[in-house]
Amino acid sequence: MFKFIVKEFHHIFRDYRTMIILFGMPVVQVLLFGFAITTDIKDAKIAILDKSNDYMTHEITNKLLSSGYFILGGNLDKDDQIDKAFRKGDIREVVIFEKNFAQKIEKEQHASVQIIADASDPNMANLLFNYTQSIMKDYQRQLFKDKKFPLQIQTETRMMYNPELKSVYMFVPGTITILLMLICAMMTSISIAREKELGTMEVLLVSPLKPFQIIVGKVIPYVLLSCVNAIIILLLSFFVLGMPVQGSLLLLMAETILFIFMSLSMGIFISTVSQTQQIAMMMSMFALMLPTILLSGFIFPIENMPVVLQYISMIMPSRWFIIIIKGIMLKGSDITYLWKETLILVGLIAFFIMMSVKKFKVRLA
Amino acid sequence: MRTILYIIQKEFRQLKRNRQMLPIIFVMPMVQLLVLSFAATFEIKNTNLYIVDNDHSQLSRELTAQFRGSHFYTITGYTEDYKTAAKALELRKASQILIIPDHFERDLNKEDKAKVQVVTDAINGSAAALTSAYALSIIRDFNVNLLVDTYPAINLKDPVDVRYSFWYNPKLDYTTFMVPGILVLLITIIGLFLSGMNVVREKEIGTIEQINVTPIHKYEFIAGKLIPFWLIALFELAFGLTLAKLVFNIPMVGSIELIFGVAAVYLIAIMGLGLFISTLADTQQQSMFLSWFFMVIFILMSGLFTPIDSMPEWAKTINIINPIHYFIPVMRNVMLKGSQFSDISKHFWALACYGIISISLAVWRYRKTS
Repeated sequence: MFKFIVKEFHHIFRDYRTMIILFGMPVVQVLLFGFAITTDIKDAKIAILDKSNDYMTHEITNKLLSSGYFILGGNLDKDDQIDKAFRKGDIREVVIFEKNFAQKIEKEQHASVQIIADASDPNMANLLFNYTQSIMKDYQRQLFKDKKFPLQIQTETRMMYNPELKSVYMFVPGTITILLMLICAMMTSISIAREKELGTMEVLLVSPLKPFQIIVGKVIPYVLLSCVNAIIILLLSFFVLGMPVQGSLLLLMAETILFIFMSLSMGIFISTVSQTQQIAMMMSMFALMLPTILLSGFIFPIENMPVVLQYISMIMPSRWFIIIIKGIMLKGSDITYLWKETLILVGLIAFFIMMSVKKFKVRLA
Repeated sequence: MRTILYIIQKEFRQLKRNRQMLPIIFVMPMVQLLVLSFAATFEIKNTNLYIVDNDHSQLSRELTAQFRGSHFYTITGYTEDYKTAAKALELRKASQILIIPDHFERDLNKEDKAKVQVVTDAINGSAAALTSAYALSIIRDFNVNLLVDTYPAINLKDPVDVRYSFWYNPKLDYTTFMVPGILVLLITIIGLFLSGMNVVREKEIGTIEQINVTPIHKYEFIAGKLIPFWLIALFELAFGLTLAKLVFNIPMVGSIELIFGVAAVYLIAIMGLGLFISTLADTQQQSMFLSWFFMVIFILMSGLFTPIDSMPEWAKTINIINPIHYFIPVMRNVMLKGSQFSDISKHFWALACYGIISISLAVWRYRKTS
């Protein structure tokens, strides 16, 4: 049994390319996602169609461009250039000032601005429009400082758990989850399918090892690798990305190991139903990767999905693990808050192991 | 030419024989398109609100009613104790808390101003910014109504009248934005993985030796390997576009020929990349890992889910080698805005270069001798 595990270790470590990927990948991905990917809006290109060209429209334009949300993508002269600008794809919004803007404000106290947003990206369009509007409002407040209203309700807003609204807080838990899922589920499923495909599984099956020992032996190296990987990712996110760990580190590690076991049992299950590596891979790919990214609350909040999908997302293990990580790292929750999610993971482990035992055939077809 | 045809025939036969693989290739992507396009939305439809009312006044009840009346909010709890509400926030029973302090009504009437507090669970920063802004706007509306009721003569009109229009997608429908992108993703997965894995599989099983001893030229072999998957991916694109039209009702403003033209080039680039990756690997496991590694990075940096504009300069530079980020804007711009070839030519030529480079690399790396 022990020798078998050693053999598996040799197998894995001899393959230096896979090793580089296994350890390089978490580092590269955490850094990339930590620094490059954000849902914040920054430097969106806008075009200005200024029919007035006076001091006020210049002031507003400057105010827009110095806000950090926008950069100038071009000046337009005519209305019919708008469609062309949008079709090229870089310009996200066009701001149109009407003729004699400043004059009208001074004389009639009224002038109009038109904002056209490229809503082929609805989220972006909505956010940009909101930013533009609030910058305009600011400008007017400056312009008419002395105008005061009675009965003002002032609202104080507070952002809990993430006062600076960093998107790293969303991405790191998701990244940890994806990577662990990949390493555990995909690697085990493929390495077992590989023995089947190459025919070496039969050699193992006729050996005095019990099927259960074969599986355990196959899995242990990956457990260790995944643990090392999890630690690397957590260290990186703590020291480089500044993710806090509000709760207990011990609980975090325990839950991570639980999730690793979950992914492994899932990998074993996939391998028992697939004949070749290619199938194991496509299954892990299609069945795991996109749903893990999309249905787990990694990027898109689950509450916004159609109800049917909210139910489907309940069988995604990643959903529960992301809740657990966020709870421990950002909210400082303890097990009394997370027992439900933990139980679900345990349940999933039991489910996958039972299904695999049922499917596992000692005699290959 | 005839040799290529034979290889293609062989590939199709092998594929047809593979009972497990067929549904994965054809059914899974479509199911995913249908399911995931609905999942990928930033549109906030519902926010669970917990109310802490310490005032118990007419006014505080009216303010609460304003929130209750908004279809955007579901009120999940009502308390006088902030701690209860904070616990609900931690347990994710609520994602926002509205706190109305005592003497709210009295302060407003006596001192002409009063405070309320809105606490938002901000782990998802961008969603928090939106829900917080939404709460602010409800309170502001409430404030304006109050003012108008008390002082009917007051002039609250802003001097600058901001008008807006949302072009190409006036209802801000999120699936319109996501479906073209997810479609790209699915054909990419098919193209990248099938082509890459296929050659390595022959290597691993040993059948490649048999091909190597035949007089087949390198380019014939590679063409024969690529064309079947190229056809399959294009077929899936056609099928996916039909679904987009029939199920999601996505407008098709631009020309379909243009989309297929660019897609044909794009797929060559992607498959060349897959093939190149597979020449670097000895086993399917390695090839899959490499492809997976690039795939995840490419997807997340492609602008499919998050804006490219917001990325730092160095990340935009890395994106030069990301084929997906060229094709997604083409799909979106042509489908939704009716962009013409002249509008997207930059992306097209980039993909063409990409294809030439990746295929050449693959041919160069592929050795008939071991």
